Formats: sequence, structure tokens, C-alpha cells
Amino acid sequence: MTMHTKTLKQLSQGLQTGEYSSQELTLAYLNRIQQYSALNSFISVTEAQAIAAAKQADALLTAGNAPLLTGIPMAHKDIFCTQGVKTSCGSKMLDNFIAPYNATVVDNLNAAGMVSLGKLNMDEFAMGSSNETSFYGTAYNPWADNTVPGGSSGGSAAAVAARLIPAATGTDTGGSIRQPAAFCGITGLKPTYGRVSRYGMIAYASSLDQGGPMTQTAEDAALMLQAMAGFDPKDSTSAQQDVPNYSTNLNNSLQDLKIGLPKEFFDEGLNNDMATAIETAVNEYKQMGAEIIEVSMPHLKLAIPAYYVIAPAECSANLQRMDGVRFGHRCDNPEDLNDLYIRSRGEGFGTEVKRRILVGTYALSAGYYDAHYIKAQKIRRLITEDFTKALESVDVIMGPVTPTPAFGIGEKTADPIEMYLADIYTIAINLAGLPAMSIPAGFIDNKPVGLQIIGNYFAEAKLLNVAHQYQQVTNWHQQTPKGFE
Amino acid sequence: MSLTTDDVNKIAYLARLGINAKDTASYTENLSDMLKLVEQMSSIDTDNVTPMAHPLDTIQRLRPDKIIEDNQRDHFQSIAPQTEEGLYLVPKVLD
Amino acid sequence: MQWETVIGLEIHAQLSTKTKIFSGASTAYGAKPNTQACAVDLGLPGVLPVLNQEVVRMAVKFGMAIEAEIADYSVFARKNYFYPDLPKGYQISQMDHPIVGIGHLDIEVGDQTKRIGVTRAHLEEDAGKSLHESFHGSTGIDLNRAGTPLLEIVSEPDMRSAKEAVAYMRKIHELVQYLEISDGNMQEGSFRCDVNISLRPKGQTEYGTRAELKNINSFKFVEKAIFTEVERQKEILEAGGSITQETRLYDADKDETRSMRSKEEANDYRYFPDPDLLPVYISSELRAQVKAELPELPEAKKQRFLNEYKLEAEAANNLASSRPLADYFEALVKTSGCTAKTCSNWVSVELSGALNKKNLSITQSPISAERLAQLLQRIADNTISGKIAKQVFEAMWSNNDSADTIIETKGLKQITDSGAIEAIIDKIIADNQGQVEQYLSGKDKVFGFFVGQTMKASQGKANPAEVNKILKEKLKR
Repeated sequence: MTMHTKTLKQLSQGLQTGEYSSQELTLAYLNRIQQYSALNSFISVTEAQAIAAAKQADALLTAGNAPLLTGIPMAHKDIFCTQGVKTSCGSKMLDNFIAPYNATVVDNLNAAGMVSLGKLNMDEFAMGSSNETSFYGTAYNPWADNTVPGGSSGGSAAAVAARLIPAATGTDTGGSIRQPAAFCGITGLKPTYGRVSRYGMIAYASSLDQGGPMTQTAEDAALMLQAMAGFDPKDSTSAQQDVPNYSTNLNNSLQDLKIGLPKEFFDEGLNNDMATAIETAVNEYKQMGAEIIEVSMPHLKLAIPAYYVIAPAECSANLQRMDGVRFGHRCDNPEDLNDLYIRSRGEGFGTEVKRRILVGTYALSAGYYDAHYIKAQKIRRLITEDFTKALESVDVIMGPVTPTPAFGIGEKTADPIEMYLADIYTIAINLAGLPAMSIPAGFIDNKPVGLQIIGNYFAEAKLLNVAHQYQQVTNWHQQTPKGFE
Repeated sequence: MSLTTDDVNKIAYLARLGINAKDTASYTENLSDMLKLVEQMSSIDTDNVTPMAHPLDTIQRLRPDKIIEDNQRDHFQSIAPQTEEGLYLVPKVLD
Repeated sequence: MQWETVIGLEIHAQLSTKTKIFSGASTAYGAKPNTQACAVDLGLPGVLPVLNQEVVRMAVKFGMAIEAEIADYSVFARKNYFYPDLPKGYQISQMDHPIVGIGHLDIEVGDQTKRIGVTRAHLEEDAGKSLHESFHGSTGIDLNRAGTPLLEIVSEPDMRSAKEAVAYMRKIHELVQYLEISDGNMQEGSFRCDVNISLRPKGQTEYGTRAELKNINSFKFVEKAIFTEVERQKEILEAGGSITQETRLYDADKDETRSMRSKEEANDYRYFPDPDLLPVYISSELRAQVKAELPELPEAKKQRFLNEYKLEAEAANNLASSRPLADYFEALVKTSGCTAKTCSNWVSVELSGALNKKNLSITQSPISAERLAQLLQRIADNTISGKIAKQVFEAMWSNNDSADTIIETKGLKQITDSGAIEAIIDKIIADNQGQVEQYLSGKDKVFGFFVGQTMKASQGKANPAEVNKILKEKLKR
């Protein structure tokens, strides 16, 4: 059976028509997960719960009227709280944390009938661009040996790319959905800030974090997002906006679509082969009748400095609840209260998390707040204005997701700054809160290339339309890595 | 701006973050590098720019004052490191 | 050297909402530990705060009552520090954009009125409680209180004595209860205060270095703590030393203040806007609504009592100090038929005295305004005398009978029949010829003796006015 190469759309048809059952599908995927466990894309596989959920799904399917995604397997990034299941966030700190409640996204996908097979590997507390900061070791990129899958949603991207699951959830704070999607040759969508509830999604940087789907195709991303998105009264930052039907406009013509290319996305930092690949993809759009317009983002280069104040500042506070008192790691025999805090946190957090906590603590401390935090917020506005201004004259903005294809394991761990700088094309979008996608757009040395499509606030349907049309004339998204066919 | 190991130790204490003494030097270097990166921000004048705290340009929604939570103590304390008689236990706090 | 004391107060008033400021868990006092701490209150990974609309309304109400600026938009910030009763490692509070800005409140000290500036009032969440007893050397943490809404009211350093500080604190205490935004229960910790104290040489305009006394929850302790701290600072300054800016704890048992070093170390709170919450806008609709709901405030009520009921200043002040007390008094005036002065006396003297004896508040009074009104009606219509009324009042206190029933069953009706009174008086005159002669020879005082004897013989039931009238006739010189 080659069910594993099917898309959500195809699997839905197969289930609804009774071609196969959810239990068959679930077992087939569980087998693949076991077969390819060396990929290290999962932190937990919840076999028993999955089979129980599949049984329920089958009952619903037999009864008729089952929602579209009923019975389709998927898995969650281990950042989403799942009741009764370990939710580690890739950290030793939460290695013993059995979440006592469900994230809204988890509830939403359960309600849509999807069957969760487990929890996916990720950079510790979503801090990283390679999956190498995970307490559970890095997940591997199925496309090339000893190559990172990207991060922080590295396990999600690797598992979908290797077809161990047809779709996964991810989260994106500075590129954590788009960059691993690009590195692993899958489709990833970071929605507008506020589109998907953050309740139960363990916070890294609250004003930047956003959950989204990671799938094989844009059509599937539309189906997943449909189930994930929506207003949540439990999240003050959840948008009170109607969720449109993301599937209805997928086939709209792109004739006269205005595509903006920021010249700053194509400067000296971009790898030549990458530049060529993106140009080729953009030409594909020209063929479809789109108009290409050069735009400018003069403040783009300050996105990384601003991000590395805002994100660490927020995370330093967000992670203060990890204190060894009510849940999570607690050191042995604490001598006194400070010893409890210092050792529990010292033992529970890894190096990259500590770096960011330290920088954030410093940036907020007395005497540095204005020069760092306020300054970063001002730059955040300038960057946002660059985008909103450009989006007044174009429908979407396109560019690369990453300056190079996936790098080798260990290649950038020695120099954290070099790792940070590689997020130049994704980070600015989080600062602005805009929606953006990464879709497969070719290969460089057998490693996937991602094309980034950025849209206006709440224009997810437009992005999906633009992405889907490209996937109608290309087959990059249908490629499976060697050894995982 | 460069930090000293002493600065890093102070920040680590503020964050109640245990750091192995042998790693302090490398954290100090990393942090100094990060601050150098951050200082690129001073390359532009932002005097007339309003800080942007949040990407959502909207206002706080208010919740009705209605009890919607019930007692889940046992459930929540089943994942706690140390409890007794319904209380979370910590090493003796001296005031 | 002559020293001047400078005092500023930070008062924390717990707002009397049903649920927490950022979660839907109950705020009821006295529940078993951690049974009212939900996922949000516990700061579990992934949870988020959503603001209770009632706390915003209450804060605006307070702001209007002290004629303060109400912010157009208000921002919540995180105040970061580690403490086991603070589950998230930060307290959600307000820094740069508090909901209530500059306002003021007038206090009376002696016969002087003094205006005290209020710098700001902001919303924040309360912390949990640490229990230090038993648990074999460990401290137990109860997070039921975590997330209870607080209004922190910060005064200007405008007070110059413990008396003024206590007067201000009482006034705020009275006000929050008036506005029905806090129960003001000090035993339960619903109303507590931090006191900032410094000394400066008399005549100097700059402030001295201050010490902050934390978490005092009674008027008496505030007064004592200030005395003690002023003495401590004076001693240091006069010995040529200097005051350290620090947080101190007032120990009521030892009547001393001592440094809280543990809180000092973590003084860098790293405030920044809470990204989980958006700015709160105070709409003009909300302002108008709250304004319309605003009750008559103590000061206005006192003035009205002075003008409308012609009460003495002290009585007006006392009755207006509590909204339920004032309401009780006004209900009596409206229904008893007695003068405002009589009603005021009954509330301030008889009723308040009885309540104080039993340590009850006016809302717990066993005698409702309605029942007391009937009693006062019987004084007004001459059924009983004021003196007998006190007897009836005592009976009403211990059972639920109406004044009329008690008067009836105990036969306390006043004797107004002049024939009956005449008979009593005739007998007394006959029995006390000596006194009659004294009176007739000009000793006016003896008249009182005859009144007393007559009342005694009638068991207090004779109408005093009638007795006077008849005696005057019978004893005509």
C-alpha cells in the first residue's frame, strides 16, 4: 500500500468512500514511524491513543456526516499541550510534564476528526533553527545525510517530508515553520498573528509566536488551517475575525497578480544557486500572467537585531514559570529556595535557551530597557511599515526563505550568531505579524529550496491560492526523499 | 558593548539560572556577540517612532465576571514535584 | 534638631469580583488550599490571561470618586521576580499607563481639612500565600489567592504624621466600601498597605531617604509602625548616620521594624508590557455608565446631612462614614415620624453601642431599620416614652418581636389619662408634705423629686409632659 504518499485531500476521499479505514491508515503510518525511527522526528508516539481515536473516527465515518479530515493521521509539534500526553517542548525541563489540558489547536483538530499519532521533535522551547537544541537530539533531514531539518519545527518538517505523517502542526516565531518546510521540501504556512489560538501552545515569544500547518501541498494547508484557525475566547490576542473558506479560491487565476520582490532579499547574502532557483520560480508566475514589481524594505537588515531583543526579553519572562514548584524538572535535595530555582533551571534548560534568557534578562534590566527594548519596538514599527507600504502596491511579496539550502549537522552550532543571521528572510515577517508561506521550489545539490510568499494581514486565502497555482504547474512538492518512497 | 563574567553571573542570578563555572566564559563571549548584533539598531535614528508592542493593532477584549473554573486540584497536583495536604511544598521560606 | 515626618501610602484594595482578574476561577475567601487555583492561576505552560471586565469598571469608579484622570488607554506590564507564591515568575501589574491617574482625597485631622494627592491607582493580580507552619521544614504554597484582583492606590508623600496617615487610610477604606468595589475586610487581607516614611529637617524642601514598611493590615498597626519607624530613623539621623533605602517589615509582637533583605536583592523588576494582553481602552460609554452608577460620596452625603437634617457635624460625619449606616439612618427618618435628631441619636448611640458590644457591623444588625422605625413611631405618637423605648429596644435585640407586640405584652403603654396621673400625684403630695413645703418656700429643685416619684409610681409609663403639667397646677405657689 502506498497510502503514505497521499495528500490530506486524497486520504479524505479514500476514508469517506470507505476505500480504507482510519485504523488501517493509522497502523500503516505508525509502522512507518517505527520503521524510520532513526530520523528522530518524534519525541513521543502515542500508539494506543491513536488507535482508539482511529476507532472512533471509523465509527463516525460509518455513520456518515463525518467532517472532512475525520480519521486522517497527523502529529503535533511537542509545543502544543496534549492532555494526558507528555508535552516536553524539546526540553529536559518538561521531560516529565504530562499536560493536564489540551491546547485549543489540539481541541480544534480533534473536533475536526484528525487522529494524532504523537508529538514531534523540535528545538528546545522553539529556540533554534536546526533542531539541534532539542534535549532529545536533533531530527534528521530525510533529503541528505547528516543534514539538519531546520527548526524549530524540525521534527514536523522531517516527518511530513519522509511521509511518516501526511500533515503536522508547527509554530513559527522567527521562521520556525517556513525554514524547516523549506529545508525539507514541504509546504508550511505561518498565519497572521492572532489567526490561530496560542492557548496551550507553550510560549516562546508571545508577540511573535503563531501556530500553523505543515503539509505536502497548499491545498492540504488550506484544509488544516480551516480546522486550526478561529477566534478563541481564552486568548486575548486571538483575532475576532471570521475565518473564510480557504479552499474555495484556490483555483482563482493569477492573471495580473502583482508580485513584489524586495531588492534587499536578493543582496550579497543570498547564495547564487538560491537566487537562480527563486528567479526560476518567479518566472513561473510570470508565465501565469503575474506582474513583477521591485519593492524596497530599507529596515530589513535591522530585523535580526530587533528580534534578538524582543524574543529573548519575552522568553526570559515566559520561562520564569519553570521553577520546579508546580510541574517540570526539580533538582534533587534543594538546600533552600534559591538553590531550588537556580539548580532546577540550570539543569532543566539547555545552552541556547540559557543564552536567550540571559540576553533577555539583560535587555530588560534597569538602565538598558530604553536602549534595547524600546529601541527594538521602534524598529519593529519601521519594519512593519516597510511591509505595509509595499503591500499597498502589490498583492504578495516573494523571496527566498533561507539564504542557503539545509546545512550540515554541527556546521553552525559553534557560532550562534551565524545561525541567527540565516533567519534574515523570515524574522521580519513575525515582527510585522504578517502571514507567509514556504513552498517547495526546486533543489540545489538534491536539497530542497523554499519559495516564500508573504501576504497582507489575514490574506491567507490569497497566499494559498498563489501557492496552489504554482503547485498546479510544478511537481517539486510531490518529490519524496530517497529511501522514503 | 562587552560583558564581563561578573556581569554574566549577576544576570544569571537575576534569572535564577545555574551556569557551570567552566561555561561562564563562553556565555560571556556569546552574550557580548549578541549585544554587538543588537547594537546595530543604533545605526538609525528612531526619535519620532512610536514603539510597537504588538502586531495586533486592536484592543483588549474583556471577559464577563462569571465563574467558569471548578476545582481540579488533584488533577493539577498529580504532575507536581512535591505536595502535601493540597499545598505545593518548597524549601523553607525565610522572611 | 526638629524633624518633619513625610509619609506616603500604597494601599492594596482587593476588588470584590466573583472571579480572578485574568481567569474564571472563584475568589471566594476561605476555600481549601489550591481548590480555587485554575490552570491560568497556576501559570501552567501555555495558559493565557483574559481580563475581567468588572475590574476595569471598578477601577474607573474609584478614579471618578477621587476626581482623578481616567486613562484613555491603559497597559498591563509584567513585573518580574521569583517567589514561590508568584506562579509565573512575574506579576501582571501596570507601570507606564495606569488606569487611574492623578486625583485627590480630603481628610479631616482635628478640625482641619487637608487635601492628600493620589498619584495613581493601578490594577494588578495578587500573589498566593506561603504557609510556614509544620510540613517538616518546608513551606506550603496555597495559590487560591493568586490572581485575585487588586487596586493599588498610591498617594503622594503628603502626610506629615501617623494621625494623617491613618485618617487617609480610613478615608480610602470607607470609600472603597462606599463604592462597593471592595469589602475592605482587613482580617482577610482584602485591604492592606505599604507605608513609605522619611524624615527631613523642618524647613527643608527636599525629601530624605525613605524606608518602606510592607504589608500592614490594620489601622492600629499603621499608627504604631509609623511611630516606631520614625523613632528608629530619628535615632540614626541624630547620631549623624544615614537612612538606607530599603523594604522593612513591621513586627507587631515586638513593636519593631526590621530589614527584609531577601526582598531587596531582587529589586530589578524588569517591567515590560505584557505581550499576552492588549491595551485596555476606556470608552466614553463606560465612563458615562460608571458615572451614572456612582453613589453619593461620603463628603457630599455629610454636607447633605448637615443641610437637610441639621445634624451636628460629628453626627453627620459618623453617619455618612458608612453607606449602610447612612442608608439605615435615612430609612428611619423617612418612616419613623421622629425628628432627624432623634433618629440620629438612636442610630449613633443605642444601635451603634449595641452593635459595637457584639462586634457586629450595621449590615449584621439584628434590628432592621424597619423594626426600629416602628419603635420610634411609638415615641412620636406618645404611646411610650423615650426611656421605655430603650427597654423595648433591648427586648427587640434578643427576639424577633415587633415593637408593638413587646409594648403590648409587657404592658408598657404610656399613661396619658390625666385622671389616672392625677390620682398618683395626689397620693405623692399627701405622702410628702415636707417636700411640698420646701418647694412652696422657693426650692425649685424639689420639683424634680415629684416628677421622679410620679414616674416611679407609674413604672415609667406616665406621660412626662402630662406629669409636668399636672404637678405644676397642683403645686401652685
